[in-house]
Amino acid sequence: MAVSLNLRAMLLSVLIFAAFVAVWHLATQSGAGGAAANIDPEYAKLMGQQVTQGKSPMPGPLDVAQTIWGHLKDPFYNKGPNDKGLGIQLAFSLARVLTGYLLAVLVAVPLGFLIGLSPLMSKALDPFIQVLKPISPLAWMPLALYTIKDSSVSAVFVIFICSVWPMLLNTAFGVSAVRREWVNVARTLEVGPLKRAFTIILPAAAPTILTGMRISIGIAWLVIVAAEMLVGGTGIGYFVWNEWNNLSITNVIVAITVIGVMGMLLDQTLARLQRAVTYPD
Amino acid sequence: MTDRFISIEGIARRYPATGGGVTTVFEDLWFSMAKGEFACIIGHSGCGKTTVLNILAGLDAPDDGAVIVDGRAIDGPSLDRAVIFQGHSLLPWRTALGNVAYAVAARHRDWPKAKVTDHALRFIEKVGLKGSEHKKPSELSGGMKQRVGIARALSIEPKIMLMDEPFSALDALTRGTLQDEVRRICLETGQTGFMITHDVDEAIYLADRIVLMTNGPQAMIAEIVENPLPRDRQRTEMHHHPDFYAVRNHLIDFLVARSKTFRDGVPADHDRRRPPVVRPVAGPSPVAGARKVA
Repeated sequence: MAVSLNLRAMLLSVLIFAAFVAVWHLATQSGAGGAAANIDPEYAKLMGQQVTQGKSPMPGPLDVAQTIWGHLKDPFYNKGPNDKGLGIQLAFSLARVLTGYLLAVLVAVPLGFLIGLSPLMSKALDPFIQVLKPISPLAWMPLALYTIKDSSVSAVFVIFICSVWPMLLNTAFGVSAVRREWVNVARTLEVGPLKRAFTIILPAAAPTILTGMRISIGIAWLVIVAAEMLVGGTGIGYFVWNEWNNLSITNVIVAITVIGVMGMLLDQTLARLQRAVTYPD
Repeated sequence: MTDRFISIEGIARRYPATGGGVTTVFEDLWFSMAKGEFACIIGHSGCGKTTVLNILAGLDAPDDGAVIVDGRAIDGPSLDRAVIFQGHSLLPWRTALGNVAYAVAARHRDWPKAKVTDHALRFIEKVGLKGSEHKKPSELSGGMKQRVGIARALSIEPKIMLMDEPFSALDALTRGTLQDEVRRICLETGQTGFMITHDVDEAIYLADRIVLMTNGPQAMIAEIVENPLPRDRQRTEMHHHPDFYAVRNHLIDFLVARSKTFRDGVPADHDRRRPPVVRPVAGPSPVAGARKVA
């Protein structure tokens, strides 16, 4: 058995995927053969030929593949507010996530430094963090809509508020756990506090900070779908809801796939950054 | 002036004890060192050796008294006093060269990068690490890491090197080579050195004078032992010197028994400002050969 573990794992992955697609295909094929007769006529009218011609309303893998191919061929078309290419919708979502996320980085990392370095601030801010952290980010939505009066900015705010906590807590923890001896090395070299923060504490805490950032980007991507379903207009979350209203299950499945792949790419990017700042001890 | 290059003057350190009151780790400690001298301090754990060293480094402050270095009372860490820590305490995200260069750049803030690197390389070479300068600490052995620590301390050309059991985590062979290295460098450069150690042989090999501290709390300096061995002593030969066992037995007797009992029967003439100086030499009976010289 000279086949490497990676290769065997890949083969198995392909097999599992093939089995999944086959079962999916069979399940949707044998759906509702000849059952058209006893279907609620109103439902039949709604679903059109899918039902009346005895085809399962659930799309098969071939339908989905075809639709994905269609989207990939023309991702950036724009035919009015309710018909935009998947690429455009994805770009809207990414722009919201990255804006909210970067704002959260700008707030959480410096604040986390402060909390990590000052036991007083740590104790003083702890009750606020403990209460604010468990609030579902979507619960902020009405308040955001009322005060900001702009649905798109409100979505960004919701991303901000859900990304901030993991980064804040991880930065604070990473900074407070920096080894005393490293700080002492800098102190005996008469390195000032600001320079110490950048040359000792930041690199020492970077892996922990990046862990928080990685958790945050995952949560932000989870939340953007729900947030866009609420605010509507643009974005991948809105696309899902719009296609549900269109009763295009195929497009819903396509969107789910795209959301998954995009989430993986975001996570992998952060994982790569994390590896870059991790040091062996 | 040079015989009081470093002067510890009546320092004390106290902590609030659990359940009220204060625990005095040590108090009224007096000791001075001449320029170019090497002193070791020995005593059991908890006698406050490391605290004394941290106060000398400026990382800790005494509750009473002061430490004067080169005519000035210290009030914080300084580039004049380099510390070699017990763990190697290298920055793991920097290479060996990066670690030394960090110190050099802190010392000479106006130097261009190339000059900093050159200077750092010179000291890496001095501790015998040429060729490993681009390795990260995780790729270096324990002895090599401690060499980088020594190079880092030397590279800022301090007035004094403070060492907190720098070799205690190393195997005997590596420890021996590094002791040779430290002694050679200190003798070559006239470096003043102050080292905490548990290792009696290390103290005899490296130190001109050895400070004996009694057990804590309320530790004190019991006496100061002058090393009777010649200055050109060799680590591998020194145990053949007639005075070697006199010093060694004196130090071990202190650690085993007197460090505990000394405080119960402090001699009436014991002056904390001028602890008795003892120079153990081989006499008719080697153990009883200790002779007071001051």
